[in-house]
Amino acid sequence: MITHDLVILGTGPAGMAAATTALEYGITPVVIDEQPAAGGQIYRALESTPVRDRRILGEDYWSGESLIKGLKDPQIDYRPATTVWQLTRQREIGLLHDDKAEMICARHIILATGAMERPMPIPGWTLPGVMTAGSGQILLKSAGAVPQAPVVLAGCGPLLLLLATQYLRAGVEIAAILDTTPRNRYRAALKHTPGALRNASTLLKGVGLLRELRRAGVRHIKGVSALRAEGSGQLERVLWKQQGDDNWQTLETPTLLLHQGVIPNTQITRAVDCHHEWDEQQLSWRPRLDEWLSTDIPGIAVAGDGGGIVGAKAAAMQGQLAGLGAALALDKLTLANSTERAQPIRKALARDTAIRPFLDVLYRPAKQWRLPDDDTLACRCEEVTGGEIRRMAEMGCRGPNQTKSFTRCGMGPCQGRMCGITVSELLADANQQSVEETGYYRLRPPFKPITLGQLAKAAEEG
Amino acid sequence: MQQCDFAVIGGGLVGSAIAYGLASQGHQVSILDEGDVAYRASRGNFGLVWVQGKGQEIPRYSQWSMRSASKWSALSQELFELTGVATQHHNPGGVHLCYSEAELASREVDLDALSQATDRQFSFKMLNHSQLHDLIPEIGESVTGASWSSWDGHANPLYLLRALHAGIRCHGGRFLAVGKVKEIRRNGESYVIESNHQTITADRVILAAGLGNRELAPQVGLDAPLIPNRGEILVTERMRPLLNLPTTYLRQTGEGSILMGDSHEDVGFNDGTETPVLAQIAKRAVRALPALANTRVVRSWGALRVMTPDGYPLYQASESHPGAFIACCHSGVTLAAAHAKCLAPWFAGAEAPSEITPFTAERFHVQTSIPA
Amino acid sequence: MFKRLSPPEATNEAVVTFHFDEQTVTARLGDTVAAALLTSGISICRSTPVSNAPRAPYCMMGVCFECLVEVDGNPNVQACQVEVRDGMHVHTQQGARRLTS
Repeated sequence: MITHDLVILGTGPAGMAAATTALEYGITPVVIDEQPAAGGQIYRALESTPVRDRRILGEDYWSGESLIKGLKDPQIDYRPATTVWQLTRQREIGLLHDDKAEMICARHIILATGAMERPMPIPGWTLPGVMTAGSGQILLKSAGAVPQAPVVLAGCGPLLLLLATQYLRAGVEIAAILDTTPRNRYRAALKHTPGALRNASTLLKGVGLLRELRRAGVRHIKGVSALRAEGSGQLERVLWKQQGDDNWQTLETPTLLLHQGVIPNTQITRAVDCHHEWDEQQLSWRPRLDEWLSTDIPGIAVAGDGGGIVGAKAAAMQGQLAGLGAALALDKLTLANSTERAQPIRKALARDTAIRPFLDVLYRPAKQWRLPDDDTLACRCEEVTGGEIRRMAEMGCRGPNQTKSFTRCGMGPCQGRMCGITVSELLADANQQSVEETGYYRLRPPFKPITLGQLAKAAEEG
Repeated sequence: MQQCDFAVIGGGLVGSAIAYGLASQGHQVSILDEGDVAYRASRGNFGLVWVQGKGQEIPRYSQWSMRSASKWSALSQELFELTGVATQHHNPGGVHLCYSEAELASREVDLDALSQATDRQFSFKMLNHSQLHDLIPEIGESVTGASWSSWDGHANPLYLLRALHAGIRCHGGRFLAVGKVKEIRRNGESYVIESNHQTITADRVILAAGLGNRELAPQVGLDAPLIPNRGEILVTERMRPLLNLPTTYLRQTGEGSILMGDSHEDVGFNDGTETPVLAQIAKRAVRALPALANTRVVRSWGALRVMTPDGYPLYQASESHPGAFIACCHSGVTLAAAHAKCLAPWFAGAEAPSEITPFTAERFHVQTSIPA
Repeated sequence: MFKRLSPPEATNEAVVTFHFDEQTVTARLGDTVAAALLTSGISICRSTPVSNAPRAPYCMMGVCFECLVEVDGNPNVQACQVEVRDGMHVHTQQGARRLTS
């Protein structure tokens, strides 16, 4: 098995920044990414997008160009279209590329595997035609594809508004934005405005997006308190209720894009059994990290949204920090030197993330978007409803592992990615205990499906 | 303080089967369970209801396994009617694959001895490659043949556990998530059990805490020299039906996934997984059924078997502490019916089943006794 | 259902042709199979092995495993993670996968 100094997983802003920073200090990293092109989800398809009018995707998107250029340095061993199916505490990494599995080893690892969208388990969310806002944006960036018929966007969070304006600029007809931000949230978020003002440019951008939508006359329905998707075999209509109104309202549409913010993708940090904690502010799990973004497992660090949601800019800064951390761990820098170099980065990071409490409070998803009702699927793969999870709590299941074994919830092909957080929260709620106490699925390899033949070969060559 | 007739410590398959047996006879039972992340062998179980090859050294174990296997269908039916949970029990017979003529021959010798030792109650057949091919059309060319026994079958161990838990509740039993049990002490005629979260008193206490019995047994005058033995299992994506009977290390579940694995590793209390072991399991599976090579593994897990020094169970009543018992073994699925229907009545005062007499801890002490 | 802002033919981009069940589908070179299906009026890619319910691409980033299809005889492939190739044969994934050699 070949041992490398530094292996970085992921080529979003954090991974790319970590790679170029490490290179500055004489480390030649291996950079692994599942996608065929660099950029992560935020700068996805930046080099190949058919969307030529730069105005549509906006300058924030195109600002990823310099990071991607940095990653293309010939000294960086960049391996696109490569899946990671295994990582051990001894820092052995199982890779899969072109149907061939291999194992490599690393002295230091930076996980920059980013975020995923928070599941939004509403009735009908498995119907074809219901997708996520993120998927809508990926289709736009990578294929120049947009909804054919007037689309309904539902939920809350910056990505939802960004996608709406991108659609608007691209001439896509938006039937409605169903905004689930509870009405009292604006006031609650106000007290975090002083912090948010430290990152005024982001705040202003958000205000700008809202103004752009309003000027265009997009139907923006606020205070949506209930939502369902209906149709026979595929989506035909969306129904919703507004706070203070008991009547269902309806829109016919073949496309509904849901969004309820993003959460760290902890699949790998969980599988390697890093210590995780429940972040009550962001309502999500994240690995516990030290000042160099290292986990409690020696030689494994996490940069970017995978360690708690910070956004693209801050993710790149964390990538730089983790790169410095790698230089320190690999004896390329002394502690004094790395600390000194880290200082301006930490300062900029603090300024950029000062807006987080404001956003976290404003867009904190209300309970009904996190806890599916009894008839709604929590686990899409094994088709387990919220009611079944609650029944397991009644039967004495205190945590998701016993629940998983009794219901198959989390045993399907997505390996619990789509239901994990929902099940933890459902059980915590039903058992009236904290999410921290309730815990999370115990995950194990493979992180991505690997064939028996590939697995058998991997060991031979290892 | 909670009070009950029976406190069963351990909510795994062994404890749950016993508690179910007791509750269904009308006893007041509480199961004390550690919680979500306990070393739960029951969650890592392969799911065989298996007889062939077991009890080579102690034939009484073969008889005990047969007693359980013969009661399994009725138990499964009873649980389904009571709880609506199907254990997916099937008894199509099972095969043990052999890869050479020599291996086949030695297998036949062993099984024949076992059959003789059980007065031919245990029966089996040897199959050559073409007979095996008739049973499993996908069988690999390198498989020489197999031994087959009608005694063997399989079930879903997770649904069995769920059905037992539900059944216990139907019969008025209580399931208490108490955290780790810290202390058991005698108080007059009854026992006081202290755990992380609760104190429980019970007339009788049954230790069924798997590896946790090591610390608990001495507190009631018993000995549990148990060692963890890790097994790793791989599971594939759901497949259309392709394997209609279980083998010793490959079976297709009711959902269609293929389960594989039979590693035995002495790794202490490490229930993780290791790539070389997983790869070895994959290799063996592909050797048995080459068409599986393109099938994807979606999960793997390691679990710790509860092993005594000789691998056989431990069933014992405490002499110094009347009303305290221990039950542990690593075949919680196969023996579930015997535990519910034969062992539970013993704990409640009936005669001990004749098959279990060899399985006290005294057998481990023979070597250590010093002649006067 | 999705459409393209500008058809690949109109922008001189390379085009590939592949097969989905009985249909012949044209896509942009570099598209994922999922994107190619969604922009070709194909809205369902599989039925679940649990209840036979129809499903379609959902997250487009490899997380949800909803977009499983059979690609060139290989079942349960994530359509959002595979790029289309000329002459590729894609089929709906019906329930549990079959054995392939």
